[in-house]
Amino acid sequence: MPELVLAATSDVVTQAFFSAIVSGALLAGVPLLFAALGETISERAGVLNIGLEGIMLAGAYAGFVAAYYGGFAWLGFAAGIAAGAAVSLLMVVLCVRMGLDQIVVGIAITLAAEGITSLLHGAYLAESQPILGATAVVRIPLFSRIPVVGNSLFSQPLVVYLGLSLVIAVHWMFRATNVGLNLRAAGDKPGALDAAGVSVTATRAWAVVATGALGGLGGAYLAIVSAGLFQPFMTQGRGFIAIVIAMLGRGRPFWVLAGALLFGVSLSISDALQIAKINISTDAVFMLPFLVVMVVLIVFGRRAFLPAALALPYVRGAR
Amino acid sequence: MTETALPQPAGLGEEPFGQPRRLSAVAEVLARSLGPVLLALVAGGLLLLALGRSPLTFYGNVVQGGILNDFWQDSVMRMAPLLLIAAGLIVVFKAGIWNLGIDGQFLLAAVLVTGLGPGLENHAPNTVTLLLLFLLAAAVAGVWTIVPALLKARYQLNEIITTLMMSFIGINFANYLVKGPFYDESGHVPQTRVLPFDAMLPPLPGTRIHIGILVAAAAILVVWYLMTWTSFGLRLQILGASVRSAAHLGLNVRRLVVVSFVVSGMLIGLSAAAEFLGIWGYIRADQNPGFGLQVVPLVFLARLNALAVVPFVAFFAVLSIGGEPATRGAGLPNDFVLVLVGLVLVFMAVTEYLGTRRALGRSYLSSSLAPTASPGSRTDA
Repeated sequence: MPELVLAATSDVVTQAFFSAIVSGALLAGVPLLFAALGETISERAGVLNIGLEGIMLAGAYAGFVAAYYGGFAWLGFAAGIAAGAAVSLLMVVLCVRMGLDQIVVGIAITLAAEGITSLLHGAYLAESQPILGATAVVRIPLFSRIPVVGNSLFSQPLVVYLGLSLVIAVHWMFRATNVGLNLRAAGDKPGALDAAGVSVTATRAWAVVATGALGGLGGAYLAIVSAGLFQPFMTQGRGFIAIVIAMLGRGRPFWVLAGALLFGVSLSISDALQIAKINISTDAVFMLPFLVVMVVLIVFGRRAFLPAALALPYVRGAR
Repeated sequence: MTETALPQPAGLGEEPFGQPRRLSAVAEVLARSLGPVLLALVAGGLLLLALGRSPLTFYGNVVQGGILNDFWQDSVMRMAPLLLIAAGLIVVFKAGIWNLGIDGQFLLAAVLVTGLGPGLENHAPNTVTLLLLFLLAAAVAGVWTIVPALLKARYQLNEIITTLMMSFIGINFANYLVKGPFYDESGHVPQTRVLPFDAMLPPLPGTRIHIGILVAAAAILVVWYLMTWTSFGLRLQILGASVRSAAHLGLNVRRLVVVSFVVSGMLIGLSAAAEFLGIWGYIRADQNPGFGLQVVPLVFLARLNALAVVPFVAFFAVLSIGGEPATRGAGLPNDFVLVLVGLVLVFMAVTEYLGTRRALGRSYLSSSLAPTASPGSRTDA
C-alpha cells in the first residue's frame, strides 16, 4: 500500500504506523496461529474440529480467570491449555471413540461453549468487570533495537516466541518423526496405520487433545495479552478463521504462520491506519484477506488437498 | 441410505437398511427425536441448579413468556425465519453439501432489504414493493452462494472453507453498507432508515403475526414436496448418498451442486426478508441474530425432513422467545439458550450412537456430508 505510506508524511507517524502494524499483527495473529496450528494437527490426523471457536472461548475464559486471580499470566496460559484440552475430550469421546459426526459435534461444542462462558461471565465477571494489566515482555537484546519494527517485533511476551518456535517444531514433527508419520497416516490411510499395529483411535485422540490445548492457548492469549479482559463471544469468529487458515495452509505449518500473520495484519490494520490518520472503513479492511484468498482460489481454482480420511470415523474392517 | 422417493413419516426413510428393530418404528423415531431434547432440558436444569437457580421456575417462565398470554404469537413470528433457513439447509444437506455460510447470506440480504426498502416504498404500491424486496433478498443471498457452488462443482473445493469465507466477507460487507451508503443520519447508532410500520409485512387478520409465516409455511411445503415427490429430490438424495453413484447414473453432478446451493441461499435470503420486513424494519451495524448455527441441529433432529422440522422449530422458537424473560428473571444472560441447543446436539449424537451402533454416525447424515473428504468425490465431474 504505497499510497497510504505516502499519505503519512512525517517520519514519526510512518514509524508509529509500521510499529503499530507489526505489534498489532502479532497481537491478533498469534491467537490465530496457535488455533490454526492445532487445527492443522487434528486435520492431518483426519479429524475436522469445527468446535475450535468454542475451544478458544473456553480457553479465553479459563485463562483470563486464572491469570487474574492467580496473578501470573503463565498461570492463565496453563489454564487455557487445560480448558481447551478438557473441552476437546468431548470430541475425543464422541467423534474419535464413538465415530459420531464431527461437524455436528463441533457445532455443539461451539454453541455450548459460547453459552456457558457467557453464563459464567454473567454470573462472576459482569459486575466487577476485571481488567488485566499489560503482560510482561521479553526483550531480545540487539534485535529489539532494530529501527522502526525492532521494538515491536522483538519485545513480546514469552508465549509469542513459544508460538513461533512451535511452528518449527510442528513442521519438524510432521517431517521427521514417527509421531508425525503416524498422525499423517491416521488422516490419509487409517487402515494402514491400524495394520501397522498403531491404534488409530489413540493417535487421533492425541491429535484432538493437542488441538484443544493449542486452541485453548490461543483463546487465553486473546483474553490475557490482546484484550486484557474477558467478554462473551470475544473470539468473534476467530476460531472459524483459524479453520480456514489451517485448510488453506494444507497441513504445512509455515503456510499456517503466513496465513495467521496475514489475517492478523488485517485484523489490526485499522488501528494502525488511525495512528496514520487515514480513514478507511474497518469492515472493508477486514474483508480484504478473505477477498484475496477467494480471488486466489477462483483464479488458480485447484482441488483442495485434504487428508483422504478427513471427517470420516475409522471403523476397523469397514469396506 | 434412502433409496426411495416415496413420502414417508418423519425419519422413517433414514433407517439403515436391514437393521433389526426391537422398538416399533414410530416409538423409535419419537425416542430418537424427543429423547435428546428431554435429556438436554434435564441437563440444562441441573446446570441451573448448579448456578443456584430453580429449574422449575425457569422452565415455567419459558412457558409463560413463550406461549401463554398471547406470547405464542411472538413465538410463531420467530418461527418464520427459522423455518425458511431450515428449508434452505435441507436442500443442501440432502445433497451432501455443507453450506455453513448462513450468517453472511442472511445478513447481506437483510441489509439490502432494509437499506433499499425505505427508498422504494414511495414509488410503488406496498404489495409490489414487498414482493420486490423478497425477490431481492432471495437473489442477493442466492448470488452469494454461487462462488462456493462453482468452486465446489468445478474443482471439488471444500465448501466448508469457501462458504465460511464468503460468510465473513458478507458480514463485513453488510456492516460496511450499514455504516456507509445506508447510514441513517438521524440515528444515534449506525443503522439503516426505519421502514414505516405501514410499509412492513401486514399481520394476519386478528393477530400480530406478520404474513412472513405464510411464506415460511409455503417454503416448507414446497421443499417437502420437492424432496419426497419429485425426481429432483431423488437426484439430490442420490448425490448426497454417493457422489460416485450420482455420476455413474449419468446425473449432471455439477449442475445439481450449483442448483441446490443457490436454492438454499435463496431460501435463506427469504428468511432475512421475513424477519426484517416483519419485525424490525431496520438493521443496525453488527446486528446478527445468529440463526444459522442454531437451526442446524433442528434440521438434523428432524432427519432432514421438511415437515418433521416444524415441531422442532416451534419448540426452539418458544425456547428462544420465552427464554428471554426467563433468563432475565433468573439474572442470567440470554445465551443460556445456546447451552441448551449445544446440549441437544450432544445428546442427539449420543442417542444416534445408542440407536444404531452398526451404522456408526451415519444414520442421520448422508454418508458424504463431508464430500471432499470421501474418496468418491475425487473421480466425478
